[in-house]
Amino acid sequence: MKSREYQQIDPKALPTPTQSPPSHQHQAVGDDGRTPRRKWEVFPGKNRFFCDGRIMMARQSGVFPLTLGLILVTSGLFFIFDCPFLVKHLTSCIPAIGGVLFVFVLITLLQTSFTDPGILPRATPEEAADIERQIDDTGNASYRPPPRTKEVLINQQVIKLKYCFTCKMFRPPRTSHCSLCDNCVERFDHHCPWVGNCVGKRNYRFFYTFIVSLSFLTAFIFGCVTTHLALRAKGGKGLMFALQESPGSAVELAICFFSVWSILGLSGFHTYLVASNLTTNEDIKGSWSGKSGEAVTNPYSHKNIFINCCSVLCVPMPPSLIDRRGFLPADEPAQTSGVDLELPNPNTKSDINVCVQGPKGLLESAALTPLLATSCPQGKPQTALPCPENTSALNSDPSLELSQRCGGTHHNSKTYGSTSPPLPTKGRLHKHKRASSHTPRPTFDDHVSPSSHDGNHRSTDRGHRGAKFATLQ
Amino acid sequence: MAETHSLQDLQQPAVSSKVFVQRDYSSGTICKFQTKFPSELESRMDKQQFEETMQSLNNLYAEAEKLGGKSYLEGCLACLTAYTIFLCMETHYEKVLKKIAKYIKDQNEKIYAPRGLLLTDPIERGLRVVEITIFEDRNIGSGR
Repeated sequence: MKSREYQQIDPKALPTPTQSPPSHQHQAVGDDGRTPRRKWEVFPGKNRFFCDGRIMMARQSGVFPLTLGLILVTSGLFFIFDCPFLVKHLTSCIPAIGGVLFVFVLITLLQTSFTDPGILPRATPEEAADIERQIDDTGNASYRPPPRTKEVLINQQVIKLKYCFTCKMFRPPRTSHCSLCDNCVERFDHHCPWVGNCVGKRNYRFFYTFIVSLSFLTAFIFGCVTTHLALRAKGGKGLMFALQESPGSAVELAICFFSVWSILGLSGFHTYLVASNLTTNEDIKGSWSGKSGEAVTNPYSHKNIFINCCSVLCVPMPPSLIDRRGFLPADEPAQTSGVDLELPNPNTKSDINVCVQGPKGLLESAALTPLLATSCPQGKPQTALPCPENTSALNSDPSLELSQRCGGTHHNSKTYGSTSPPLPTKGRLHKHKRASSHTPRPTFDDHVSPSSHDGNHRSTDRGHRGAKFATLQ
Repeated sequence: MAETHSLQDLQQPAVSSKVFVQRDYSSGTICKFQTKFPSELESRMDKQQFEETMQSLNNLYAEAEKLGGKSYLEGCLACLTAYTIFLCMETHYEKVLKKIAKYIKDQNEKIYAPRGLLLTDPIERGLRVVEITIFEDRNIGSGR
């Protein structure tokens, strides 16, 4: 009836094409021969699943425990040391407001960390074969074909869609492959070690709410602690006396003082991104800033701040595409991690999308902590956007940083790479960095070099934190 | 899959091939599939009908992702509750996905199955493609 140009598909290798949901078919059995297996158990990406697939995180949890710890400790100290005094002398609204903010922060943090960021499942073998067939019309399989791209016109802009060799599909626009998680993520923003997960289409709103509420919480605690100490020190008793009476406040003060700026900066930066419908990834790469000389504008922006905000934060919540809890059909071969086509090429290195950033932080850490385990630099992730390799200065850094990860000093101030964990705070480091790196670059380039002076303030913190981060990847 | 190995078993028509209808990104990142009629289906079905199916699917997905008063409200309410309402209630998108599943089932029963074709719900393929399975028709009409 029709001639087959490609390898005959063995019907037995294919799942039964009946439309019934997988759970009604013979289910793949687990090791004991009785339990049906769920899809998350054979998920090819580098993720960890808990609660039978309901919760997922990146395999490397990064500094997520630290983030959680700092928030819990600071808030705990606040409620223990400051609230009683303030309730007595001011108002009992204070613990109430603090409590609400704290709960908000915690919930949004957990949601950011545990939600599927918008992972695209890898192409099935048949799909991959179909795409290969369309691309390699010459049928020449003796050499590796050059990187494949497809062009689409979106809003009068030509966007290049790149082919992902790991996931075996053309990445949709704004999708990027995170090498830490080994997944393509839709509307990829960055990989955040502080929350231990990628930030993408599905959890960006959680992330944004998290950092905004965290800025409020930090500012609130900072204000309250300052008030508390001021009240205690009244009557000529002095600050030292106040601190002795309430030692917890000293810790809170230090943490909040250093973190409030970075967190506020980060919130401001992300507010800018939301209002212009950009991702961190696109901003770093300058995809729409017209670097190439052409008049390029962001084709995804609605040109209206309100609509942009709504389209990022209020769009109906998209579903998770990876169906973690579905059952495997008995005859479906589990898609193991696609390492067969893994290219040991710069592309994978440039896929590192960890939110590091911070030329500033980089210098600070470089200046003070020889041992740096920084989260991966936010390299030029491979996205659907044209030529990430053009950002050569940045591009080289991920590789550089990767190799230096566990112990190198990062001297390259231009990279938005390496987080410099040594920023003391509730995990605002990268955020701080990111904020700094995203405020107009010239500003930060200026700061980048002399930034070591800033680091000096934090040397003590950085000292011990540096060690802690030594094992960060 | 059934235990039978015989390709001539009427109950298990052999799978001939699969056709993949890719996404159409010309309108941005919204979920939309190409409506171009694949050449492999030319002998099987009417172009008009296929395009109608695809267009309806596209409309349904557009409805799922639509930014409107209702979605703003849902978004704001969700934000105020720290998004915990997503744990309790079905989102708008999920409701429309159910509609889409029903529509596809309908289309399969009425139009595609009689022609030896089967549409796979795109959600099962990560919203990347609409997979159309073409069954060999050599068994049709042969009683066994």
